[in-house]
Amino acid sequence: MTRVLVAGGTVVDNRGTRRAEVALEKGRIAAVAPGLEAAGEVQVLDASGCFVLPGLVDLHTHLRDPGLPEVETVASGSRSAALGGFTALVAMPNTDPPIDSAEVVRYVREASKGAAAEVHCAGAITAGRAGERLAALGEMAREGVRIFTDDGAGVQDAALMRMAMEYAAMLGAVVADHCEDRSLAGGGHMHEGRWSSLLGIPGQPSEAETVMVFRDISLARLTGCRLHLLHLSAEASVELVRQARAQGVPVTCEVTPHHLALSDSEVAAFDPVFKVNPPLRTPTDAAALLGGLLDGTVDAVATDHAPHPAQGKELPFDQAPFGMLGLETALATVFTVLTTGRGLSEDVGGFDPLPVAEAMEVIVRAMSLRPARIAGMDGRQGMAVEQGSPANLCVFDPAASWVVDPSRSASRSSNAPLAGRKLTGLVRHTLLKGQAVVVDGELQW
Amino acid sequence: MSIPGGIRHLLSVGDLSVSDVEQVMRLADSFAEVSSRPIPKVPALRGKTVATLFFEDSTRTRLSFEAAAKRLSADTMSFTASSSSLNKGESLRDTVETLTAMGVDAMVVRHASAGVPWQVARWTSAAIVNAGDGAHEHPTQALVDCYTLRETTMKQTGSDGGGCFLEGLRVAIVGDIRHSRVARSVSAAFTKLGAQVLFVAPATLLPRPLECKAGQKGAAGADGISCWGMPATWDLDDVLPEVDVVYLLRIQAERMGSACLPSLREYTSRWGLTAERARRMKQRALVMHPGPMVRGVEIAPEVADSARCLATRQVANGVVVRMAVLFFLLGAGSREQPGAIAKENGSSNQPGAIAKENGSSNQPGASAKENGVD
Repeated sequence: MTRVLVAGGTVVDNRGTRRAEVALEKGRIAAVAPGLEAAGEVQVLDASGCFVLPGLVDLHTHLRDPGLPEVETVASGSRSAALGGFTALVAMPNTDPPIDSAEVVRYVREASKGAAAEVHCAGAITAGRAGERLAALGEMAREGVRIFTDDGAGVQDAALMRMAMEYAAMLGAVVADHCEDRSLAGGGHMHEGRWSSLLGIPGQPSEAETVMVFRDISLARLTGCRLHLLHLSAEASVELVRQARAQGVPVTCEVTPHHLALSDSEVAAFDPVFKVNPPLRTPTDAAALLGGLLDGTVDAVATDHAPHPAQGKELPFDQAPFGMLGLETALATVFTVLTTGRGLSEDVGGFDPLPVAEAMEVIVRAMSLRPARIAGMDGRQGMAVEQGSPANLCVFDPAASWVVDPSRSASRSSNAPLAGRKLTGLVRHTLLKGQAVVVDGELQW
Repeated sequence: MSIPGGIRHLLSVGDLSVSDVEQVMRLADSFAEVSSRPIPKVPALRGKTVATLFFEDSTRTRLSFEAAAKRLSADTMSFTASSSSLNKGESLRDTVETLTAMGVDAMVVRHASAGVPWQVARWTSAAIVNAGDGAHEHPTQALVDCYTLRETTMKQTGSDGGGCFLEGLRVAIVGDIRHSRVARSVSAAFTKLGAQVLFVAPATLLPRPLECKAGQKGAAGADGISCWGMPATWDLDDVLPEVDVVYLLRIQAERMGSACLPSLREYTSRWGLTAERARRMKQRALVMHPGPMVRGVEIAPEVADSARCLATRQVANGVVVRMAVLFFLLGAGSREQPGAIAKENGSSNQPGAIAKENGSSNQPGASAKENGVD
């Protein structure tokens, strides 16, 4: 079906909010106006009561492909993304083998043909992500890679990071860092704070993140390279970005839905599903991340979707791997936090709730427009909902209430921290290049 | 984790109310009497199976639990990490589910990782006893120590050992608090029973992050800090003359490797309970140590051997207190008062049946009369 009509919804994009139907043809938006009607062979998607947004773009997903197909693949991860309203992903390079060469970039590109979302790769900064010498940045750039990161770990050596930024700046690429000073983090398994002290679990202090945020901002200032800070989790990190932005340093940053909604109190039951890096921190940190999101200091919400097999998350807490699923719950989590003024942990809250329309504007900016720009996709994703734009859309029902059930997830893994929790807001349809990948909450692929 | 009508597991000192502790103490009293008989055994847990799952080296504690179970006539199974198929890749969960399928009623779990007993409790219907989880808790050690202090204070003051029987006692816990599950459990238990606990340690052996007393910023000197809400100090000599109990923790040599302390000698000079320091304690003040002691480091040999040191009583009380814990969790009518046991016939332990077979009852005190029921 090359013609689709998304009828009855309210369009939200960078130009504002308006009631309109959206007609799609041959992968592009043909018309946006109230009152458009179906004529001839058209797939009609009911968007009544819904918002119609540019498809979401996730700057940070772990697809485990190549390497661990039983845990997740490009295909399964992209399906999970589509259910969450995402039409594009940036896949992190800590695969096995890592994405540190043109060959592996090409593998991922092949694997993502026919995927339920557009999959881009980030490339590793260092060869093998070992933190010793530069990876084949130029080769990967020639294959279309625009972001380099050793995510999973931070680049520990400052001189090497400086070198990487100089080289990446020359290529017009972004260097993204997982800010964690390994020696200060000290192998901690949760946030170092009142809870880690009570539970007897070694923690990592916020300073393990902020010292590297400061270092990287300094290096970005020195080299002029565009810097993107991954999954910021601490109040002080957001403040550093705020100051750097005011001084014109080319830095952007992202936060995850779980750092907005959850706190370290979740670890009290010793369930490794809540073990993540950077760790869940205090309600004060969550509030600072939200404040940054609202004032624009935080550019993007990115999921850091990290699938793990069940046996991993059943290990003792200090042996379990770090990471949580997030693609299918990201939008609803952010929407729920923004509109209720509360997180999903009992101690996270006290924010002023936003009216729904304002919340949607924040979401469009942070989950579509800005991530698309940071990732260099802004000719195809995160575009205004207007005639001529590629038809990558998310139709979101703000009134639907649902309970998270990992067994119904498209992911091959089920380590979802929000299992059993109630969220407000559900993706009804997702359109990728004019094709309805998700209809009425069900995958079509 | 407790459920209405009674305790299902003993995972943390926080699981026990003051009256639960009191009940365990009185059970230990009766089992102490049992242990002094020629045949120190009662059929209280006959037909029950208690498995010890020890994933961390500890022969003493494991044997203490196994002896306790056997004296209650329970069957025991012992699962130690070195001999287990965990080395062959079997998961902890599979191990627990296998044991459950084999009909284990209680599992005593010790592991180097905090939280494992909580995870295990999610995978089985058996009762779980935390025998030490990483640096987190060691609730039975705390109960043994409460019982030991109680027996001494009962002698000293003639009290009946009920209620908050440590009321008014000032206790200093000294040593490697940061890595000590004993410190957390013992301080919680002593406080629950009315004692005033304070911690004494070098700054690098207190839990992170540094906790300051309410309203004070920064350490502000030796009395500006706290630990888990209780006062803390770096200065042992300052508090020594004022406390009634000095509870010493072992300094592990591994800590030197992780750069927490410059040397053991420096530790001993500032925090070791030397003979000279012992002389500055109150005359009737006591010394405790969960063992094993490292003589010459945290405690001088003369002090370890002195009458004020209760370490050997702590070891001696280990078995009877663990009998009390196992009976408290698994015994017939474990959710009722001990006195009700004799009347009950339909409980899972079938004391009535045993009573008819052997002419005895399940009640520890009653066995004394029948003598030697196996």
